Amino acid sequence: MIPIVYNVRSVVQRPLSTALTALGVGLVVAVFIGMLALANGFSAALAKTGSDRNVIILRKGADSELSSGLGRDVASMISADPHVATGPDGHPLVSPEVYVLIPMAKSFDTTQMANVVVRGVSDQAWQVRNNVTITAGQKPTSGRAEVCVGSRLTQRFPHTKVGQTLRFAGRDWTVSCNFSAAGSAFESEVWGENEQFMPVFRGEVFQSITFRLKDPAAFTEAQRALQADKRFTVDAHREAEFYAQQSQLLGRILSFLAVMITGIMAVGAVFGAINTMYAAIASRAPEIGVLLTLGFKPGSVLLSFLAESAFIALIGGVLGCLFALPLNGIVTSTTNWSSFSEIAFSFRVTPALLLVGMIFAVVMGIVGGFFPALRAARLQVVKALR
Amino acid sequence: MKYLGLVLANLGRHKLRSILTILSVALALFLFASLRSVTTTLAATAQLGGARRLVTTNATGIVFVLPLAYGNRIKALPGVTGLSWANWFGGRYGDGKSFFANFAVDPESYLKMYPEFIIPADQREAFLRDRTGALIGKRLLRQFGWKVGQNVTLQGTIFPGDWTFTVDAVYTPSDPSLGDDALVFHHEYFDERIGRAGIAGWYIVEIDDPAHAPQIAKAIDDMFRNSSSPTKTGTEKEFQASFATMWGNVSFLMSTIGLAVVFAILLVTANAMMMSARERTGEIAVLKTVGFSDRLLFALTMVEAGALALTGAALGLGAAKLFYPAINFNGAGFLPGFKVATSTLVVGTLVAIGLMLASGLVPAVRAARLPVVQALRKVE
Repeated sequence: MIPIVYNVRSVVQRPLSTALTALGVGLVVAVFIGMLALANGFSAALAKTGSDRNVIILRKGADSELSSGLGRDVASMISADPHVATGPDGHPLVSPEVYVLIPMAKSFDTTQMANVVVRGVSDQAWQVRNNVTITAGQKPTSGRAEVCVGSRLTQRFPHTKVGQTLRFAGRDWTVSCNFSAAGSAFESEVWGENEQFMPVFRGEVFQSITFRLKDPAAFTEAQRALQADKRFTVDAHREAEFYAQQSQLLGRILSFLAVMITGIMAVGAVFGAINTMYAAIASRAPEIGVLLTLGFKPGSVLLSFLAESAFIALIGGVLGCLFALPLNGIVTSTTNWSSFSEIAFSFRVTPALLLVGMIFAVVMGIVGGFFPALRAARLQVVKALR
Repeated sequence: MKYLGLVLANLGRHKLRSILTILSVALALFLFASLRSVTTTLAATAQLGGARRLVTTNATGIVFVLPLAYGNRIKALPGVTGLSWANWFGGRYGDGKSFFANFAVDPESYLKMYPEFIIPADQREAFLRDRTGALIGKRLLRQFGWKVGQNVTLQGTIFPGDWTFTVDAVYTPSDPSLGDDALVFHHEYFDERIGRAGIAGWYIVEIDDPAHAPQIAKAIDDMFRNSSSPTKTGTEKEFQASFATMWGNVSFLMSTIGLAVVFAILLVTANAMMMSARERTGEIAVLKTVGFSDRLLFALTMVEAGALALTGAALGLGAAKLFYPAINFNGAGFLPGFKVATSTLVVGTLVAIGLMLASGLVPAVRAARLPVVQALRKVE
């Protein structure tokens, strides 16, 4: 085996060329990680929104909360269902909810409007959704025109801090609290009391009913019982699955873009790497001749050059990870077309993603180095030394 | 011209290397053109909208409807020359995986309002006469394999049940940005089925002069300010633009990525081009010895770099220009009228010229300045 030190030294001998190739690979890896971090963050925000222990009820056939509608009678029948868990105060843990979108102007550019979710919840909702915690202020008082604003909205929209007044649906609403919800899509919503939202929005109709299961394992049974009930026509979904499914459309588009863009980029970068290695080998032909004369087997020469190429790519991979790392946690927003609402989420650069990026870099290096290394191994000593 | 042979011979010496270089430049510019076109297409969609059309929606939000009775009051305003209305239906076809826009319209006034929909005269008549008829964009014919005269059934998501329509007419948009994948049907049939006559999702108001748009919009909104459903009126362009801005930062991210892509591949390519030029130090010295001037060698090296960069650019940009129309790409309905604009081709060519300078300048200057004696000494 040719010692790896030989390759490391050769690489250091040509600092500019190594740096350029590594930088190129690094940018490819950075874009790859960045785009997957975006798709990842978006899906994670929605996946975290639902809980496995909760069930969400929509009108049969409705594919989002927006297109659903359920009467008061359905809400009271569901509250009385034996599958619903009971809270410490003896009330069933169920939240019939009003769900609408309102246009809100963004803080940084008031001409830009976003459709923000306004959700009217029952008093029990704060217990049903156990990842929701109030970070500032007091829970809205029943009967008063008060709302609680998700923490992701406070940065991006004016009049959303505690004590300020938010105007929508022709009325003023005092912001009585802000809440966080473990990075989920709820953080991009405005919550208030369902009974107050009903008259100002769509009248006597709820959009969805969410309840806590008494026995988390009994979802299938509860689903069958509710969907077979002749008194109403509803679909019951596990809450976690429902919200995860809402992220599918955009999540898929983002992942597809990530793979397609970086795929094309990777091919371009590999072509460049092949060229660089060919040029490197052509200029080092005498050196390779010496190695072969010294008795190194062509196989070792092949391995050695592959290692060199992989090493350069590895430097690129490290650079790429370093470029991509600062993206972690940056908040961005877009419209989730499945629910038509604006949702804010953060880039999520995970260790697994970094590892995939590094592997991607090394694979690019090996693929790019293979044919040049093969040529190096097949050099004829006499010709190379001439 | 007489040096063309020399340049070609140089490029042909390492055929594989030249081909790989050209291909990687081509890939970079293909990707660049594609990503830039996403941004330009979104911008073009935001510019859409007749100057004489206003859109009136419910001020509370896009999901709220307006009373149909508003129509007559709007029509009576001075400056208003036409009125139509529509309602979002949100039906799904088949497994619901492929999304397309579908809404109920008042057919007569709607088609008069939108001359952009080009429909064969007989089909137009058939659609107007048939209460359960549907007018569809020509893309849907291929997407779902529908035929004119066929019955198609959509599942309502907002308005439950199975809704069957007869495909009576097919439109081709005069401006591709309008999109060719919508389905519209009779508002009357819609009212009848939902049993709740008298709602409109949005009104389209035609006015006599684009200059009157702000006053008329204000007049409409003032009229309904204290009613149960206050309105928000703006030009159709503003209405369209509000959808385009919904992508938020995503389109900005796309252009950033586009730049990173180009930069990354060009970096690698420029490096490879410089390395191959460096190998030829000896040859250049020989050329100088036989009387090639410094200036000529500079020019020859630049021409060689330019040939690689520009061939790659022509391939990449050409492929992007031809590829997307060939597969009739519309970004799953999100990017109607997707096209590679001329400005993108121009910018792409400039990028290629930049690459030529970045990769050719160093070797070219080196070739021009090369001291013959020193260079020849290197050659064994």
